[in-house]
Amino acid sequence: MSGFAKPLKIALGLAVIAGLIFVPMNFNRYGLFILSQWAVMSIAAMGLNLTLGYAGQVSLAQGAFVGIGAYAAAIMTTHGWPLPAAILVAIALSFAVGWVLGYPALRVQHHYLAFVTLAFSTLAFLVFRNESWLTGGIYGISNIPRPHIFGFATNKPLPFYYVCLGSLAIVSVAVWWLIRSPWGRAFMALRENPLRAQSLGIDTRRYTLMAFAIGSALGGVAGALYAPLTQYIDPVPFNLSLSLDLLMMVIVGGAGFYFGPFLGAMIAVLLPEWLRFTEGYYLMLYAVAVMLLLIWSPTGILGILDRYMAARRTKAASALRAVAKSRLETVQ
Amino acid sequence: MSAVLEVTDIKKSFGGIHAVNGVSFDVREGEILGLIGPNGCGKSTLFNCILGQLTPSGGEVKLDGQVVTGLRPSELNKLGVSRTFQLLQVFPKLSVRENLILAGQEHQGNMASRLVGRSDAGLTDTANQMIGFFKLDHLADEPAGGLSYGQQKLLDAAMAFMGGPRLVLLDEPAGGVNPSMLADLKERLVAINREKNATFVVIEHNMEFVMSLCSRVMVMAEGKVLAMGRPDEVRKNPAVIEAYLGH
Repeated sequence: MSGFAKPLKIALGLAVIAGLIFVPMNFNRYGLFILSQWAVMSIAAMGLNLTLGYAGQVSLAQGAFVGIGAYAAAIMTTHGWPLPAAILVAIALSFAVGWVLGYPALRVQHHYLAFVTLAFSTLAFLVFRNESWLTGGIYGISNIPRPHIFGFATNKPLPFYYVCLGSLAIVSVAVWWLIRSPWGRAFMALRENPLRAQSLGIDTRRYTLMAFAIGSALGGVAGALYAPLTQYIDPVPFNLSLSLDLLMMVIVGGAGFYFGPFLGAMIAVLLPEWLRFTEGYYLMLYAVAVMLLLIWSPTGILGILDRYMAARRTKAASALRAVAKSRLETVQ
Repeated sequence: MSAVLEVTDIKKSFGGIHAVNGVSFDVREGEILGLIGPNGCGKSTLFNCILGQLTPSGGEVKLDGQVVTGLRPSELNKLGVSRTFQLLQVFPKLSVRENLILAGQEHQGNMASRLVGRSDAGLTDTANQMIGFFKLDHLADEPAGGLSYGQQKLLDAAMAFMGGPRLVLLDEPAGGVNPSMLADLKERLVAINREKNATFVVIEHNMEFVMSLCSRVMVMAEGKVLAMGRPDEVRKNPAVIEAYLGH
């Protein structure tokens, strides 16, 4: 979005942040729940955007990492551990598992890789469901406590929404830093041209594993917030359809665009709610809206904006060339 | 002059085809060695074997006397061996400047400093100098995918030099580049060869380009070395005329 003037961009950003802080103060319980869910899903989608959008590695397992994080947090916090400790464990665990899941990506790519990660997703679901000594099986884990942050209880919906929003803010800054660092550039090199990347000294193996591990770790963070948000988890929300939902959020928002996951999560979480007035038709309308969007712009919502900006730049450049040409002709 | 690169009896077969069938040669420090031969004679396969992109079926590659056979391309690049590609290999969505920074960043610091340090790895100035050197100034902020074929070739060459390599293998740098741009490219290559004392191996079909640029020329045919010598010697060699140059 380089076409916008900088002050305008900053003003817009501040307005959005202020809106996210102040507007929900009047929301009811349900509204706050939906908005918290948006924040949590944005975090998970940002992780997938890193793996898929920036590093170009297809994954159908992001939902499984949300599950890993959620179970880690649920088990730990119901045993008296504080949530921040549980989040750190969720990060470490999903980072390690994500790293291992990255190994197939060193051999297979694209839809073959999608199948490998899909199999992992199914495996994780079976572990959540069958290992009931650890996960509570189909009965799940209930009474998951919400944390005390610096002595403040966050049991009520509004304070816990701020926990989710604050976490989203921290993750957003960290991801922004990562993608503009040389690591981010190396991730894009994996996506754009791994052969050339290798010949430039880029250790494609290590960066591929890192892209998987970091993306998965963010899935774990989202899960560790999801558990105290719903205060009850069972295996069902972490089946393959969550992975597919997260994939859709990344693609619809615009894969490889920094703001893509925020928009994608907004559409996936909020649009069905807005369409509820149509009663029985809302899921159908939602499906049709997503199909139309992707036919119109396969690169997602931010792809539309990007094309518009590129067209404007080309126009401006041709205008400059035309002026330069007419000057040359006058000189001659 | 000492040998930077020593290649001994390199072989590479694909099924029953011996693409490279026992090639030995050495590259002397500071020279520009030309590599010519008919299409399909194994030039690019030889490059890929030297650079670790393919694992040779047999033979040995030494860099400064150290055996480097079997190292990965990224490891070889860190040791100062760089390359360009026959087909365009740039990062199309990144700008020209970003392409160049990417080409040099792994030679700066370590993994940790590349994560927490400056986002350009301190390379913006070097990249800008390279952009000026290859006359790409007006395109610095354009996505590389939007450049013309010849400009992308220049960028590809510029990227090979970002890490300050000692040895550069160029695969058909002149292919598809127009004559005036080609003269520029040759001038740049000679300048880098002299000033930075970089050693080059150049695969090329453009005879005029090879003969005027290179100090020695190696001719390959059917996976083997047919001749090696000064350009004027090679040009007169009857076997070379028979196999490649034509009557």
